[in-house]
Amino acid sequence: MSGLNPSWHPRDLWRWLIAPIDGPLLLLAGLLVLVGLAMVGSASPERITNQLLNMVAALIVMRLVAQLPPQRLMHLAPPVYVIGIVLLIAVALFGDVSKGARRWLDLHVMRIQPSEMLKIAVPLMLAWYFQKREAQPRLRDYAVAAMILLVPTALIARQPDLGTAILVLAAGFYVIFLGGLPWKILAGLAAMGAAAAPLAWTLLHDYQRARILTLLDPEKDPLGKGFHIIQSTIAIGSGGVLGKGWGHGTQAQLEFIPERHTDFIFAVFSEELGLVGNALLLVLYALLIGRGLMIAANAPTLFARLLAGAITLIFFTYAFVNMGMVSGILPVVGVPLPFISYGGTALVTLFLGVGILMSIHKNRMLVQK
Amino acid sequence: MQLTNTPDDLGRFTRRLTIAGAFVLLCFGILFARFVWLQVIQHEYYRTRAEDNRIALVPIVPNRGLITDRNGVVLARNFSAYTLEIMPAKVAGSLDDAIESLAGVIDIQPKDRRRFKKLLEETRNLESLPIRTRLSDEEVARFIAQRYRFPGFDIKARLFRDYPNGAFGSHLLGYISRISDRDLEKIEQNEQEANYRGTNHFGKSGLEQHYEFDLHGITGFEQVEVDAGGRAVRLLARTPPTAGNNLKLTIDAKLQEVAEQAFGERRGSLVAIEPSTGGILALVSMPNFDPNLFVDGIAGQDWDELNNSPDKPMVNRALNGAYPPGSTFKPFMALAALTLGKRTPEQTISDPGFFKFGNHTFRDDKKGGHGLVDMYKSIVVSCDTYYYQLASDLGIDNIASFMGQLGLGQRTGIDIAGESEGVLPSQEWKKKRFKKPEQQKWFAGETISIGIGQGYNAYTPIQLAQATATLANNGVMFRPHLVQYVENAHTGEKRFIEPRPIRTLPLRQADINFIKHAMVGVNKEGTGARAFAGTPYQAAGKTGTAQVFSLKGGQYRASGLKKELRDHALFIAFAPADKPTIALAVLVENGGFGAQAAAPIARQVLDYYLLGKRANAAAPVDETAEEEEE
Repeated sequence: MSGLNPSWHPRDLWRWLIAPIDGPLLLLAGLLVLVGLAMVGSASPERITNQLLNMVAALIVMRLVAQLPPQRLMHLAPPVYVIGIVLLIAVALFGDVSKGARRWLDLHVMRIQPSEMLKIAVPLMLAWYFQKREAQPRLRDYAVAAMILLVPTALIARQPDLGTAILVLAAGFYVIFLGGLPWKILAGLAAMGAAAAPLAWTLLHDYQRARILTLLDPEKDPLGKGFHIIQSTIAIGSGGVLGKGWGHGTQAQLEFIPERHTDFIFAVFSEELGLVGNALLLVLYALLIGRGLMIAANAPTLFARLLAGAITLIFFTYAFVNMGMVSGILPVVGVPLPFISYGGTALVTLFLGVGILMSIHKNRMLVQK
Repeated sequence: MQLTNTPDDLGRFTRRLTIAGAFVLLCFGILFARFVWLQVIQHEYYRTRAEDNRIALVPIVPNRGLITDRNGVVLARNFSAYTLEIMPAKVAGSLDDAIESLAGVIDIQPKDRRRFKKLLEETRNLESLPIRTRLSDEEVARFIAQRYRFPGFDIKARLFRDYPNGAFGSHLLGYISRISDRDLEKIEQNEQEANYRGTNHFGKSGLEQHYEFDLHGITGFEQVEVDAGGRAVRLLARTPPTAGNNLKLTIDAKLQEVAEQAFGERRGSLVAIEPSTGGILALVSMPNFDPNLFVDGIAGQDWDELNNSPDKPMVNRALNGAYPPGSTFKPFMALAALTLGKRTPEQTISDPGFFKFGNHTFRDDKKGGHGLVDMYKSIVVSCDTYYYQLASDLGIDNIASFMGQLGLGQRTGIDIAGESEGVLPSQEWKKKRFKKPEQQKWFAGETISIGIGQGYNAYTPIQLAQATATLANNGVMFRPHLVQYVENAHTGEKRFIEPRPIRTLPLRQADINFIKHAMVGVNKEGTGARAFAGTPYQAAGKTGTAQVFSLKGGQYRASGLKKELRDHALFIAFAPADKPTIALAVLVENGGFGAQAAAPIARQVLDYYLLGKRANAAAPVDETAEEEEE
């Protein structure tokens, strides 16, 4: 393992530093972060220093995690998961209400949003579980897996935070799917889902229903609920093939795009860089995801494979849901554009995922020996 | 760590990964298709929408046209002042609380609050409403320093209308006030919506109303780039506004002032016309009001005072007051008799002091009568019996058609809206006026008192003035008008309101000369002699007194009736008699005899117009004057 034998010679130090790093992965993620910096620079220049600091923090986290062997991660899975569930229950009991939702826990020292950590904790736990049950999982195992997944999902959905709940659900689902969930069950679930859709509709909060209705007809309430989507689609559409040029998007610069440095940064990107920029961005994401899936395919253990696959597909989910909502084909949920949106928590979490992928990749040979 | 990677497991995992990868590509494909749709196929549409977002047209309100009198004296102008306005929709929290804390920064009077409340009730759309107008520079500075505390409040530079002469001429100038729903309809009918973007005021009465679309001008526009908050970021293009057209009046402001002062505290009206053109020299309705009160939105209390006052200052008596003409009708009756061949000047009657018709006796004012009376004397001493007889001989329909030609009982077509018709009684009129068949029949007895200007007769002061001017102008009748020309402030181009003869009456010059001669006699040796003693010019005139208790019609006169039952005093005149440059009609409500109250006012007006002599005080009331007419 790297890092066991540090010497203080600069060249050795550098070697030690880059030892666990996967070049292609870092290159792709790095390019995306640079695109993000450029867009934050256009949409909200005063935040660029902060975002640079976020980037440094994220890279440090990535490097530290990349050094951890997958086995260590596996041991961490049950305690992290349990702590996450306990915190979620604590939120439900003592959490602070903000904007009508109970999502934050005030620990006096800091306020935390436990649902964030479940995005990693749930796939980690499920991968751990499948690793434990690796010999042909039976129906009972899928039932337990479903429980592991649905308990936190339900707690988060109750806060209510449907966006995060769906992301956690997706992350867990990827593990179960890659773990070999039989197609029959999958088809059954899909049928049940379709049948339960009307029921789910009645369980939704008013504002959640409004978001879905807004998606179907944003012009109905152009200054209210439809404003975000209308303005972001105008931004994208007016960008055209080549875009208006960096810093020249009128929708962005004149502040018609809401949340333009965070969740709606893609509208700024798309307005200023056009269809060509969008295509390049999709290619970058596709390459990143391809690299992640490759790492998953080559991983030594079931745990590592499932975890790598799930993390990679989470990157995809973030990117797809965000671009989908900003371009008006998915309802508005609070999902940032991965590696590009401004914000420290998201960036650190994403690079934590990158670090895990790197760790899995570096340790493939070791185990196969 | 267990090594249990059976090829079977691995194969299944790889297949699942492949499926996931395919799903990723499918989703990205959908996204790409969406981007192509938005950015290529729908690009034009969204490009336009982005431009619409970005560019706002900010109207620049043009300067309203000036109104000047015939000598260039400014009667209505504009000034620019700062106002503090509120967009109620943008105020955070309670509006009252916000205004309360604003009162700590700049002075807000209870009057301002009441006015704001009234405006708030009247407007339905979310516009910005003034809470304070005409702020001083210091107040502006104080507010700007604290602006952050008051979201939804803003200082705006606005143009205000100013009537420098205050109440003088208020009825002819009219006033402007905030645009109402009814005004909006008018704007739409004239397809002026775009031009009125940004305009807050509209002419509500008088010339301001009648010439609204001339005075308004063409709104300019600034194309500005705005951000989502509506703040202007950058000026892209500017189309300057074109100021409204100026109105040059036929009015003589000084004469107007002299005439209004002559009334003092009395109610009434005076209309003076230039006979050769129909141009109105003075148009008085007393009491007047200060049109400046309306410009910022009138405070409720002021409005109530004006509206509920028993003196009805808001009514333009010159156009909307219909009064029996009394004896001022007699010269026209005499002219009708001459024209229709019913009398010669020399024919005399013997006046016993009454006229018997059937078993009803019509009394003359002078007990015992005037003795032998010819036409000249009948006018000079205002003999009633002569005209009872004459009316009876002419018959109502002859009277109606002759007086109709003089314009009595018809709208004159003056360039102010809302003129009343008055009443020109005839058989036809009575049929239309009454519903019950027994009331619809005209009785011959009713014709008798028409002869002396009583009965159903009711004419507006402007009609009387027009008839007098027509007589003075030897039967050539002009439409009375207030505006000489409309001047384009930009090009200097003038649009003349041409003096247009409406018609020339089929009169013999000898007859006209005779009537004029008799009217000169009135002021020399008759009922007007005391008021016109010692004039260096020759003025023709006729006094008149209208009985109030027999008044018919108009609502506001009914309320005056309860208050006071004194007769209305009238006087018509023109001068100089041989070549008249001015003709006028004066009415003093409840003034008593015409010679007593109305003739002295006419004297002051004529003295000023012909001699430049200013009285600068209300005309005297000749308490000792005796009127021998009814």
